[in-house]
Amino acid sequence: MSELTNELLIQKLQEKFGDQVFDIQEPYGLVTVTTTRENIIPILQALYDDEMMQFQFLTTMCGIHYPDNKGQELGVIYHVHSLVHNVRLRIKIFFSEDDAVVPTATNLYATANWMERETWDFYGIRFEGHPNLIRILNVEEMEVFPMRKEFPLEDQTREDKINTFFGR
Amino acid sequence: MSDNKSDITLVNAPEGIEGAGFFATSIEKVVGMARKHSLWPLPFATSCCGIEYMATMGSHYDISRFGSERPSFSPRQADLLMVMGTIAKKMAPVVKQVYEQMAEPRWVIAVGACASSGGIFDSYSVLQGIDRVVPVDVYVPGCPPRPEQILDGLMRIQDLAENESLRRRNSPEYQALLASYNIK
Repeated sequence: MSELTNELLIQKLQEKFGDQVFDIQEPYGLVTVTTTRENIIPILQALYDDEMMQFQFLTTMCGIHYPDNKGQELGVIYHVHSLVHNVRLRIKIFFSEDDAVVPTATNLYATANWMERETWDFYGIRFEGHPNLIRILNVEEMEVFPMRKEFPLEDQTREDKINTFFGR
Repeated sequence: MSDNKSDITLVNAPEGIEGAGFFATSIEKVVGMARKHSLWPLPFATSCCGIEYMATMGSHYDISRFGSERPSFSPRQADLLMVMGTIAKKMAPVVKQVYEQMAEPRWVIAVGACASSGGIFDSYSVLQGIDRVVPVDVYVPGCPPRPEQILDGLMRIQDLAENESLRRRNSPEYQALLASYNIK
C-alpha cells in the first residue's frame, strides 16, 4: 500500500469531490478543508468507503461560533482519522445561526451520537435525524447554549460577585 | 501514665446539683453533651477540599479525637453533612437528596470557598454555594482550608450541638427554614 501523504490526500480529495471542497489548507501539517452542509454526510461516507484512504474513525466533532462572520456564524468541525495510514483530516462546515440544522452523522458513526448531543448542548445546533437529541453535560432545565458568545460565562444569579471585587 | 503531666483532658460534667450519691441536671445538657462528642460526619467530598478532609481523617490531625470516629458514607446514622468541594448544578439535587435522607438532628458544614459560594467558579455550570439547596450551619473559608480549619469548623458544630435546645427542631422557625428549601 502506498503511503498517504498530504499532497496525495489533497489530490484525491479534489479528484473525488471537485469544487465540493474548498479553502484547502495545511496548518501544522493537518489537511483542513471546508465544505457545505449538503455535502458533509456524502463526503464522510465516501471517505469511509474509499478502499485506499479508509477514513473510518471519527476522532472528534464539535461546534464553533464566530459571531462576526455574518451568515456563517456557526460551524461544525469533523476530524476523521485513517487508522491504516495514521493520517488525520479536518473538515469544516459553516452556516447561519438562524438556520442551525445539520444532518446527523450517527448513521455512519455511532460515536457521533454523544458528540452531536454535546454540540446541541453547548451551541444549539440541531442535528436532523439524531435518535436522542437531549442535553448531555448541562442540567436539562438550562435555557441557554453556554458556548455561544451572546451568553456570558458567569452565573447570572449572583449579586455578591461583582466586577469591583475582581479588578475588572 | 506514670507522670502526672498528661495531655488527656476529660469532658467536664454539665452544670447540675451534686450530692452524696446523686447528680441532677437537665436532660437537654446530657443529650447535648452526648451529641457533641459523637458527631458522625457524612463526607460529601468532590474535589480538593475532600483531599484536605482525608488529611484531617489521618493520624496526624485525627478527626476521631472529636468523637467523629466513623465517617458515615451513608445518610443512615449520620448527623453531620460535610460538603467539601465544587458542587456543579447537576450535582445539587444529589446533595439535597442526601440531606433529605439524613435523620434529625442534622447539621451541615460547607467546607471551602466552592461549597460556600461557588468559589472562583463564577460559572454557568457551578452552584453558587450549597446554601441554595440545603440550610448550612457552619462555613469554613479557605481554598482549600487546612485540616486545622476543618477541625475548627467541626468544633463550631460541636458548640451548636451542645447548646441546641431539644425543641429547636420542632420550632416553627426551623420548620419555616426547611419549608423555604422545600424540604419535608
